[in-house]
Amino acid sequence: MTALATASDKRIVRGTWGETIFRSLCFSAATLLLVALGGVVISLIIGGWPALHTFGFSFFTSTEWNPVTEVYGAAGPISGTLITAFLSLIIALPLAVGVAVFLVEFCPRVIAQPLAIAVELLAGIPSIVYGMWGLFVFAPFFAANVQMPLSQSLNPDGFWGHVFAGVPNGVNIFVASLILAIMILPYMSAVFRELLLSVPQQVREAAYGLGCTPYEVVTSIMIPFVKRGMVGVVMLGLGRALGETMAVTYIIGNSHDFPKSLFASGSTLASTIANEFAEATSEMHTSALIACGLVLFLITFSVLAVARLLLSQQKY
Amino acid sequence: MFSRSARRRASNIVFVSACSFATLVAVGALALIFYSLFWHGFSGLNVKIFTMDQPASGNEGGLLDGILGSIVMCALGMIFAVVVGILAGTWLSEYAGGSRYGNIVRFLNDVLLSAPSILIGLFIYVIMVKPFGGFSGIAGSAALALLATPIVVRTTEDMLNLQPGALREAGVALGASRGLVVRQIIWRAAQTGLLTGGLLGFARISGETAPLIFTALGNNAHIHQLSDLTRPMSALPLIINQFANTAEEDLRNLAWVGALLISLAVLIVNIAGRWIAQGARKS
Repeated sequence: MTALATASDKRIVRGTWGETIFRSLCFSAATLLLVALGGVVISLIIGGWPALHTFGFSFFTSTEWNPVTEVYGAAGPISGTLITAFLSLIIALPLAVGVAVFLVEFCPRVIAQPLAIAVELLAGIPSIVYGMWGLFVFAPFFAANVQMPLSQSLNPDGFWGHVFAGVPNGVNIFVASLILAIMILPYMSAVFRELLLSVPQQVREAAYGLGCTPYEVVTSIMIPFVKRGMVGVVMLGLGRALGETMAVTYIIGNSHDFPKSLFASGSTLASTIANEFAEATSEMHTSALIACGLVLFLITFSVLAVARLLLSQQKY
Repeated sequence: MFSRSARRRASNIVFVSACSFATLVAVGALALIFYSLFWHGFSGLNVKIFTMDQPASGNEGGLLDGILGSIVMCALGMIFAVVVGILAGTWLSEYAGGSRYGNIVRFLNDVLLSAPSILIGLFIYVIMVKPFGGFSGIAGSAALALLATPIVVRTTEDMLNLQPGALREAGVALGASRGLVVRQIIWRAAQTGLLTGGLLGFARISGETAPLIFTALGNNAHIHQLSDLTRPMSALPLIINQFANTAEEDLRNLAWVGALLISLAVLIVNIAGRWIAQGARKS
């Protein structure tokens, strides 16, 4: 009897030890995430500090990026990042809403699921494949069928001539934004679709019962219902567009100037890093590129923080 | 002019066609991309792709070293990501609850999940490549691991949260400790879901290029892939990137073949992951 009791006591003791070890293992793994992110931030600050310290505020305002004279100003890449991200958002947002509404409201049940999956799969294609497709397939097509006719028909000194000025090779800010839009579209429409599906069935049926057309149900019942969540999704899409690297690197033209027209070549923070980092030889060049990384991190982090805040207030 | 109902009907028709058009554009883009991939890549697909290393221009060659390098780095990255990710996800789901620290970790995991992958590459460069004097396969694996981990954490937490509380209570009622319940009952019940997390993580990292450029760098000096992780390592996305930027026609074609292979691989893994997840949710 006593022997049995001690045996089971031992097992309990061993059990609690195992319990503590397992629990601390899980806890350390979770803490490792925190350490990793902390490490990213700290290493970017330390690595970028020499450049930020040397160039100060002009790092953000100057467009002079010159590895030969060792002067670095990131205004070109920063503006390029913001412009391409916002342009792509403007293009992708109405399309994403349209796709989500179509899949939820208008599409026959049988093909809704396969279509939704097909659109989501678009999100899984690697960035570099979009880049190759953009550079070798879409850019030549765009140059021949959009840029050439436009440049021939527009007066180069007029307003529209300036807006659409640029070398007609299909490698520019606008094409980069278009490809970015295709890349963030499936992601945004997938989450929109989930949001729209979260609208209670009774609310929709009540609206239809009042005699609303599908258009009215969607625009005055469903979209207002999920408005806050939608803003969150838009921010997440924006975050993706801001940090996208390979696809943009292929099709933005990689010039460090401030983009002067829609069809001008430019660069983004991510594309600048991808292009130059492996070849950067001087300490200052490397540091300037890491500082670009820090700026990119701060931009995407703030966008994400706002998105989380908005999404957390929307239950779905 | 028009009656109110005619106007409403017209606006509805316009709206429905606009939505259909948007879907057409999205699906059309997918179709166009795959059409180009097959058009440019399919003809180059043959046995040599899988049996020979990357060539210099004008020579015969394949993508074997890139495929091997990708497999090695992804596998190493996934081992780390699965171990750490499942443990961390378990902590978030089973132990953290709504605690302040739990919410912070959850948020930071989201930040890591959507941080641009190139920044992860920069981080690994600063902590591994620079101090240890060179690009290496192990640095590439570390970058990929850091990219896959947040996905595994997220899926693990979601999948464990799906398990009914009654299951945990039943285990505890039998006298099992909390950890035993988690390991023997909850993990087992959620195993297909956990597998999905791994597959989704794998799908994400197998096509990543940007973080490898300045961690693994790429290598064309024959196979070190399986023997030496401390040297620069070749990877399929890196070869695609390098060959797509050359002017040589034959290398570019090889890049298209690589792009086709990698897209198909990612698609298959994604579809498998979805399929398994659906089964897990239903049961």
